[in-house]
Amino acid sequence: MANTRQIKDRGMNVFFFCIATASITILFMISVFLFMEGLPIFKVVSVKDFIFGSYWYPTSDPPDFGIFPLIIGSVVVTILSASVSIPLGVMSAVYLAEIARVKIREIVKPIVELLAALPSVVIGFFGMVIVAPFLQNVLDIPTGLNIFNASLMLAFMSVPTICSISEDAIYSVPTNLKEASLALGATHLETIVRVVLPASISGISTAIILGMSRAIGETMVVLMVAGGAAMVPASIFDPARPMPASIAAEMAEAPFRGDHYYALFATGIVLFVFIFIFNIIAEHIAHKYRQVGEASL
Amino acid sequence: MQTTRVETMVNFPPIDLTTKVEKIDQTKNRNSPPASSQMSRRQLIQKIVFVFFRGAAWVNGVALLIIIYFMVANGWRAITWTFLTQAPRDSMTKGGILPCIVGTLGLSLGAIIVAFPIGIASAIYLNEYARPGRILRLIRLGINNLAGVPSVVFGLFGLAFFCIYLKMGVSLLAGALTLGAMTLPVIIGASEEALKAVPDTYREASLGLGATKLQTIFRVVLPTALPGILTGGILGISRAAGETAPIMFTAAVFFSPRMPSSVFDEIMALPYHIYVLATAGTEIEATRPLQYGTALVLIALVLGLNLAAILWRARLRKRMQ
Amino acid sequence: MERPLKMASNHLHFYYGDFEALHDISLEFSENQVTALIGPSGCGKSTYLRCMNRMNDLIAYSRVEGEILLDGEDIYAPSVDVVTLRSRVGMVFQKPNPFPKSIFENIAYGLKVNGVKDKSKIASRVEKSLIRAALWGEVKDRLHDSALGLSGGQQQRLCIARALAVEPEVLLMDEPCSALDPIATQKIEELIHQLKITYTIIIVTHNMQQAARVSDITAFFYIGKLIEVNDTDTLFTRPQLKQTEDYITGRFG
Repeated sequence: MANTRQIKDRGMNVFFFCIATASITILFMISVFLFMEGLPIFKVVSVKDFIFGSYWYPTSDPPDFGIFPLIIGSVVVTILSASVSIPLGVMSAVYLAEIARVKIREIVKPIVELLAALPSVVIGFFGMVIVAPFLQNVLDIPTGLNIFNASLMLAFMSVPTICSISEDAIYSVPTNLKEASLALGATHLETIVRVVLPASISGISTAIILGMSRAIGETMVVLMVAGGAAMVPASIFDPARPMPASIAAEMAEAPFRGDHYYALFATGIVLFVFIFIFNIIAEHIAHKYRQVGEASL
Repeated sequence: MQTTRVETMVNFPPIDLTTKVEKIDQTKNRNSPPASSQMSRRQLIQKIVFVFFRGAAWVNGVALLIIIYFMVANGWRAITWTFLTQAPRDSMTKGGILPCIVGTLGLSLGAIIVAFPIGIASAIYLNEYARPGRILRLIRLGINNLAGVPSVVFGLFGLAFFCIYLKMGVSLLAGALTLGAMTLPVIIGASEEALKAVPDTYREASLGLGATKLQTIFRVVLPTALPGILTGGILGISRAAGETAPIMFTAAVFFSPRMPSSVFDEIMALPYHIYVLATAGTEIEATRPLQYGTALVLIALVLGLNLAAILWRARLRKRMQ
Repeated sequence: MERPLKMASNHLHFYYGDFEALHDISLEFSENQVTALIGPSGCGKSTYLRCMNRMNDLIAYSRVEGEILLDGEDIYAPSVDVVTLRSRVGMVFQKPNPFPKSIFENIAYGLKVNGVKDKSKIASRVEKSLIRAALWGEVKDRLHDSALGLSGGQQQRLCIARALAVEPEVLLMDEPCSALDPIATQKIEELIHQLKITYTIIIVTHNMQQAARVSDITAFFYIGKLIEVNDTDTLFTRPQLKQTEDYITGRFG
């Protein structure tokens, strides 16, 4: 009796384990299918020309498949949006975890969550119909659909990610460390800067990297707001065509399993690799600099 | 003895803090500058910096308000009974968005039907069965990475695997499966958190009464965690409802004259409809009200679901305490 | 034996929300004396201690009535800068709580936030504090190693050294030995004996032998009230009240 029960228990363990591997399986299949549909392009262009080629004219004759301008577009909007979202997100997190009273915290946290829940197409639409004309008029530039606008919209998509993960990290810094600092005559701000932030730096770094990875992978905002020009931009008020925008815009017109189709999948591979590197870095930081807590005493 | 001391204390002349601190400086040979003026400067810096922190937090709220304000202000006129209950007419320049609403509901329901059981079972494994080690770390790495995969890459995967390889074509089913894969990490995360919140004493009590592990999970752990898990489910639905890029190549079309009659039909969907009308329609300016109206419906749906989940969770937490 | 008065509380009440955690406490602390606060857990002795450097300010919905005087000045007066106060009234906590920094940085921390910039001065003050805390010999060769690598007893002496580096006038100790083994406890107790030459020390302890060993004055708290206070020898040998006697003879608590 106990024996069958043990077997049954072991069986359930295996059953749940199999289902738990679904995520890995899906991830694996995503890479398999991306590579399957993307690698054929490298019979037409070399990897080097694909990544560093500066001309993306997939439909001209003969076509050019150089995604360098798309990569630059992605990198530029990501960095620019990070320069807005990192200070905003981390400062909000500090405010929520350390400064705000309980009542205010209970109001502001859900607001941040709602901001995170806004569909990207709505933010893209907002950037297109409200922000773009505004920028065009105020700054007197040829088009409001540009890198600056897209970065701003992306920043508002990554702030909630950065804010909530950092907030968790800051909030879990043990009280006794804060008390030790205050009892030595440090002000609250000095305690935050010298004790709380260093103790939660791993969580904050993870938050920042995940926020940036959300920005680089975001599609609808850059598709609708970045302006769509496939060239290396000269200023932040130039339009650009980040990788996700290019994939989303062109896939519908690309002939099935033609070179253009393969090239778009290969762009997907590059994007996937970017995200993968970001995640590995985040994972590494999280493991190497584990949060300082009670356990370390 | 004590009374004399109290008298001394009462008659103690009030001393200005500044002089006191300076006196200590001399007696203890402190070489730091007089503490008092410096203290107030430190407090002042703190005050100023905290204003910035508070400002940063409120920027989030203001951003949310501005976006909602513009959508409501420009969109509420478009919301009529006709708009919600009829199909688009005249090359989508008139009429309603019923097929989009139906399509979006179908997609999110389909996604959750796929992701919910797998997500809960995964969370049960992670929280109840798995032992710390390399395998667990690998699975977590997989989940984290899956959560980070860009939505457009999910779209490419759905196209290559469901539409082409499994020959589903552009269909509700392919879209729902793609969205399901995408929402899986959300469900796992929420379910795991809910399972973690179940006190170990419950498990011990059940096991101590001779229940098997499986009985304990199904009769004690899951029922306790269920509200939390359902909150995660709601968030998953809302996430699926708002996504555009994964369904662009797998499920959604510009315009479909008929309502979907089976899961193999192509569909219209709210987010994609907004994108199409705003960027590729025949009359972009003329259909602005329709665009705002559709965006408003989508926001109401998504934020409504989220708000419900947030409020429900807040109530749960209160009851737990 | 008469020593000048350093701190005192006058009719102090403390509330967590509606709950009165301290009721009408009046108590005095003289310079260069060790006062022990004893009593069963939950009696308010730690709460009282944390009122003395306003650590309880951090607790939401808490309220103080009455006054606490430091050199005759009410530390709860609106004009008082709480940061200045805390650098004058140092605190050592129940559990050793070193920062996740090096040994050196832990001690230099209080100096740096208090505006000391001169490196050689910081270094000499770090050394001095470690010597006073009887830790110098054990750590002088690894000042730049993480403080988290020290043993529990060493960590607690580090926390004491850290508090001393700021040169406080009063040192509050909240059950400083409760997380330590007997040998480490003994070292801390010896340390307290030496420190009282320079500082006014108030120590909360649940260990009556410890109170008897280290303190000059002992105050007995019970459910938020100060029951009895006297010379340590007198309190432990000839308690005036039945409640005190019951507690020190172990009949309840």
